[in-house]
Amino acid sequence: MKTDILAVPRGFWSLLTGMRVTLSQFFKPIVTVQYPRQTLKMPPRYRGHIELILDPETQRSRCTACKLCERACPSDCILVEGAKFEGEKKKSVTQYELDFTKCSLCGACIEACPSDAIKFSREYNLASTSKEGYHYDLVKRLAEEKERKSL
Amino acid sequence: MSLLSTEPLRLLASLLLIIAFVGLNAAYLVLAERKGAGRFQNRPGPNEAGYGGWLQPVADVLKLISKQIMVPPESDRLLFRMAPLVVLTPAMMCLAVVPFSDTLVARNVNVGLLMVFSFGSINVMAILLSGWASRNKYAIMSAARVVSQNVAYEIPMLLVVITLLMSTGTLDLSEIIKQQAGGFWHWNFFRLDVNPLAPVTFVIFFICMLAEANRAPFDMAEAESELVAGAFTEYAGMGFGVFFMAEYANIVLGCSLATVLFFGGWQTGLGALPASWGAWKVLIGLGFFLAKMYALVFTVIWVRWTFPRTQFYGLLNLSWKILIPISLFTLLLSSVMIKLFA
Repeated sequence: MKTDILAVPRGFWSLLTGMRVTLSQFFKPIVTVQYPRQTLKMPPRYRGHIELILDPETQRSRCTACKLCERACPSDCILVEGAKFEGEKKKSVTQYELDFTKCSLCGACIEACPSDAIKFSREYNLASTSKEGYHYDLVKRLAEEKERKSL
Repeated sequence: MSLLSTEPLRLLASLLLIIAFVGLNAAYLVLAERKGAGRFQNRPGPNEAGYGGWLQPVADVLKLISKQIMVPPESDRLLFRMAPLVVLTPAMMCLAVVPFSDTLVARNVNVGLLMVFSFGSINVMAILLSGWASRNKYAIMSAARVVSQNVAYEIPMLLVVITLLMSTGTLDLSEIIKQQAGGFWHWNFFRLDVNPLAPVTFVIFFICMLAEANRAPFDMAEAESELVAGAFTEYAGMGFGVFFMAEYANIVLGCSLATVLFFGGWQTGLGALPASWGAWKVLIGLGFFLAKMYALVFTVIWVRWTFPRTQFYGLLNLSWKILIPISLFTLLLSSVMIKLFA
């Protein structure tokens, strides 16, 4: 009997405690990110699809088209072609295609690259209605990046 | 002013004002509810329509009235269409006797409180009607729940009001407010000399008000996770919208009543205003009334986003095993106090 009666004020007190907790949340700042207008900065170790690195000294790719990444890829999603330009000792990349539909982001290509020419991008806004939308031309992407930086 | 006080014009004006008040409240309390829900969960709530979401109610209403109202086949067509009206009208009629400020009352009935409670109980019948007429198993379950819930909570509600009436001695709402004039310690909430458990009385009143208005955590009628939308399952478009309007009208009515009965209505709680202020006194009184009422409405929203829905037997146990005994005890205590000291 006594515990039954005591249960009522105790229960009511617990309700008030609950209400205090929610009210303290009421005055805390909003944590929602209004996505298309605001975006979070991706953490440095985020793995997007790979991209060619723009060498800040030469303003071009460091890739020598050695095809080690192509060979390292377990899913066979990289295609690299290169050519030797006049007056240069090494080959340069002319075509670098990535089929992102097959890529598992294992990073074997980055590990294999002897000249540190590729890295994971921070790209996550990906949407396409066809498979071809995920076939990336990384040389073109690098050219676009260069143009963006020069502006 | 003299033209407005002539009878047919006054009637029309108060009718229009009450309808506008109920409509605006329903529209913007839905927004307040959603914004409040957002803030309680650290998110902004609706913020796309208009600046900061202020046009959201307009968008909602446009959507609701452009939808077709469908009557399910083999349902009771007349009752089905009637139910939304029966649920909204009593709430509006009750607002006619609520004094919003000194002299600002549509119709001062000297049994105002009785009228509010008698019309208030029609709400149950309307939800029962909508549930019955829908010819839907969820709607019927909801209707059955609503009836037993409202019968259970009507009793402590009325016991609490009787406790209060013993000290006021009148059913006239304006008179009850006038008795609470002066400092805030004259408000019935703080009148510990006539009822040492006055705050408990208020809490019981508030809980019963939540249950009567079918608000969370007592929203057994709707219970969207168990009963689709309960009694409102078959309603679409504005038929559904009217039930929502009625829900918010009932909340506004309940909070107005709590303000009048426990927090001195339009009294400032700081003493009487100087007589020379004239019409300003009415406006200031209205401001104080609305401030108190919306503070209670905020509490209703706050309660909704704090507590999960109770189970049905928990709901009935709360009423029959806790609220009714306590309200009976406060009734006895209060009568003893009045007999001995007044």
